[in-house]
Amino acid sequence: MANTKGYVIVREEECKGCELCVEACPVDVLIMSPRLNKMGYHPSSYTGEGCTGCGICFYACPEPGALTVFKRWDLMEENERKEAILAIENGQRVKVS
Amino acid sequence: MSKVLIKGNEAVVRGAILAGCRNYFGYPITPASEIAETAALYFPRVGGGFLQAESEIGAINMVYGAAAAGVRVMTASSSPGISLKMEGISYIAGAELPCVIIDIMRGGPGLGNIAPEQGDYNQIVKGGGHGNYKLIVLAPNSAQEMSDLTMLAFELADKYRNPAVVLADGYIGQMMEPVKFPQPVTSFPEKDWALKATRETRDNLVTSIDLDPDLLEKHNEKLQKKYAIIEENEVRFEEYRLDDAEIILMAFGIVSRLVQGAVDELRALGIKVGMLRPITLFPFPKKQIQEYAAKSSVKYFHIFEMNNGQMLDDVRLVLNGSKPVKFYGRMGGNVHSVKEIIEQVMKEMREL
Amino acid sequence: MSVSSKILQKSESFYNAYERKQGGDPISTHYCPGCGHGIVHKLIAEALDDFGVQDKGILISPVGCSVFAYYYFDVGNIQAAHGRAPAVGTGYSRANPDSIVICYQGDGDLAAIGANEIIQAANRGEKMTVIFVNNAIYGMTGGQMAPTTLIAQRTTTTPLGRNAENEGYPLRMSEIISTLEAPVYVARTKISDTKSINATRKAIRKAIKAQVDGRGFSFVEILSACPTGWKMSPRESEVWIEEIMAKYFNPGIYKDTIDTRQPKIQQKLIVDPKDYHELLDISTASLSSLEGVLPVPPVQEMIEEIKIAGFGGQGVLSLGYVMANIAMGHNYEVSWLPSYGPEMRGGTANCSVKVSHKRIGAPVVAHPTTLIALNKPSMAKFENEITSNGIIIYDNSLIDTAPQRKDVQVYAVPATELADKIGSTKSANMVMLGAYAALRGYLDTAYIEWAIPQIIKKKKLQELNIQAFKTGMEHIKELLKKCVN
Repeated sequence: MANTKGYVIVREEECKGCELCVEACPVDVLIMSPRLNKMGYHPSSYTGEGCTGCGICFYACPEPGALTVFKRWDLMEENERKEAILAIENGQRVKVS
Repeated sequence: MSKVLIKGNEAVVRGAILAGCRNYFGYPITPASEIAETAALYFPRVGGGFLQAESEIGAINMVYGAAAAGVRVMTASSSPGISLKMEGISYIAGAELPCVIIDIMRGGPGLGNIAPEQGDYNQIVKGGGHGNYKLIVLAPNSAQEMSDLTMLAFELADKYRNPAVVLADGYIGQMMEPVKFPQPVTSFPEKDWALKATRETRDNLVTSIDLDPDLLEKHNEKLQKKYAIIEENEVRFEEYRLDDAEIILMAFGIVSRLVQGAVDELRALGIKVGMLRPITLFPFPKKQIQEYAAKSSVKYFHIFEMNNGQMLDDVRLVLNGSKPVKFYGRMGGNVHSVKEIIEQVMKEMREL
Repeated sequence: MSVSSKILQKSESFYNAYERKQGGDPISTHYCPGCGHGIVHKLIAEALDDFGVQDKGILISPVGCSVFAYYYFDVGNIQAAHGRAPAVGTGYSRANPDSIVICYQGDGDLAAIGANEIIQAANRGEKMTVIFVNNAIYGMTGGQMAPTTLIAQRTTTTPLGRNAENEGYPLRMSEIISTLEAPVYVARTKISDTKSINATRKAIRKAIKAQVDGRGFSFVEILSACPTGWKMSPRESEVWIEEIMAKYFNPGIYKDTIDTRQPKIQQKLIVDPKDYHELLDISTASLSSLEGVLPVPPVQEMIEEIKIAGFGGQGVLSLGYVMANIAMGHNYEVSWLPSYGPEMRGGTANCSVKVSHKRIGAPVVAHPTTLIALNKPSMAKFENEITSNGIIIYDNSLIDTAPQRKDVQVYAVPATELADKIGSTKSANMVMLGAYAALRGYLDTAYIEWAIPQIIKKKKLQELNIQAFKTGMEHIKELLKKCVN
């Protein structure tokens, strides 16, 4: 997993492909995925490199849970990251220790 | 118990407060305004809230909001104002919220006049708002019953999570009579469905929308079951000199007082008449009417209303042709005199 | 930086899964791609989390696309009729002031069908926060004109574009609301780029915080995209908000008096139910305290139908009220009915009193057995209605022509003159009470004298009223003596 300062997880099944996050991202690290989700949209996706954790995409996104932004991914332990990813996949909030 | 000479409209408010009502939202209209005026004076005294709303529509929606919080809440108006409230009444019935609505009927249609009438029977008993709903409808015929039935309305509204209406007319609202008030109600049913702005009630939802036809049908069926239970348990009526009656006079509200007077005078002449007065208009005393209709001694029913024959339709439906039905109505704010009722009874007797 | 602020994620004030949403997809909202509602929802939910008021939160959803806001917000939810959210919010907030009420409304809901409700709730300064999502179109019903639709904007009901000649101008609600005294915070923002979303976030937080702090009514209007209704892409929609919408609807803070407003302290008055009868004037207004104190004559079989009529201000209604009360104290059935409404305001007043040993039918008196006439028009109106053998008592200080009826007993009592002599014309009605009691004879004099001050509580008039009553009685006794002589 890329060791950047910030990190974005897109819950693809919640994304409606409106592209507002892609447009809003100041460092252009979000792109539209070529994949189709179950609703038939191309979800946005994180390139995996360069997120600063600014959170702009989070507020630009109209879906409550489609984007989760980690401001300090670099400070998280590997198991914390795994737990966070698992929680998001299960539609749960990431527990904060 | 203390006896107080008091207007029907003022008795309503005292009864409501004794029944634990703590919030009043309303809009002034003759001949119901004393209810708002009395509420404005007394609700704050007992720690309750009074608000003169911007409109009848505003008032009924405030009732909706307060009822959602689980408090006992009421509004009052007269015919044209009740028409405006119909949207909210349908929502309240749909969302199954308890509340009490007082309708001091006046002459209609339209602006009509401010004299007493009973022309809102169909609107209140049969609907008026949209959808498959029913209101619990209580029809007082005295200032005493304005208090008693208002108290009962709160009890039934909570018991069935349904709006209850006290359907009176301008005379009962405006007249003063001696009233005895009971001690206040101090125990209330638990409302675990209400929104109390707490963690425990956060999941509660007050709504009347359901896009899924199957689910909305289920909701409607549940409502109909509830109405059937109300019909089973909550019928109230008054019987007056009916034992050997050959002619059954029927009337509700103020008219029943005149009919009762006529019954006495006709009895004095040796004519076997009696009166059956529905106190609940919904539930309607169907069984009782049918029981009397089944008696071979009963010749016919004679209905007196201050309208164009609205309860009359319900009586006809119940009788289903088993006994003849006669009707005499006054409209426009005119009230039958006892003499007039006697004349009408005699006339129909001769014709049969 | 706290640990939690290191992660931007779905607020706790949202449900994890949208189980109320029908149709099998509990993951995403029902809103279209790029719809502004979701963004506004997120900002509200975040504020509820951050201020710790999720449990106290009551969200009132409108009619419009956000009718189903309760699918998403994990707070107490009420769904309101079209335009009525501020009235429903008023009812809720007053019934439970210890709550945080958010009225969420769209433009049709708030500015068209519910324009009155919002103005009035704002003007009363209800304890609530209104979030007004303005997207200049009716979304849910399929793209019809909204009260905020811009001039020349095409909708399904303005196919050639909104024309001011026909449809009037777009309503600027923030400007209107900000002219009112009561609201503490009124702002218009937009959600069309990072900066404006941030400004919206601040405004929503400020508005909700104002309510949390008990400062009163707050209002945030948000210019928001409806890509579907506008027939634009989400990106084009943002540009349209910036370049077209925000030019007519200027963003800004229109009012902020939060800091100058003292927090409302909700003091709950708790009353012991034992005190209700006293507080409701039931025990004090009752004459039953007389029972047994003074002996009253036995009840006679009678049906007395009294009509009292005169000018407004002559104490017509209160004379009837006193008579009915006294008769009630004598164990009679009684009723009292005023003429009400415009008739009353027209300057004349009358009331009907019935007294009987048995239950009274209608309270109306069509044919009085006793007429008490205090002015000329009343005499003209009721003289012919009186039953034969009835009695007429009339104030001959004001009525200069005697009644014509020959089949009734007529008594002239110069009530106004007599009352004037003893101190106040206001007591003329009690002179008439004395005359009535003397003529009808079924009411006990000592009892009446005792009862008058119990019923008419105005201290100033109490002595005078009793004196007036005695004067009326004496006058009739004198008249009757003369007749006998």
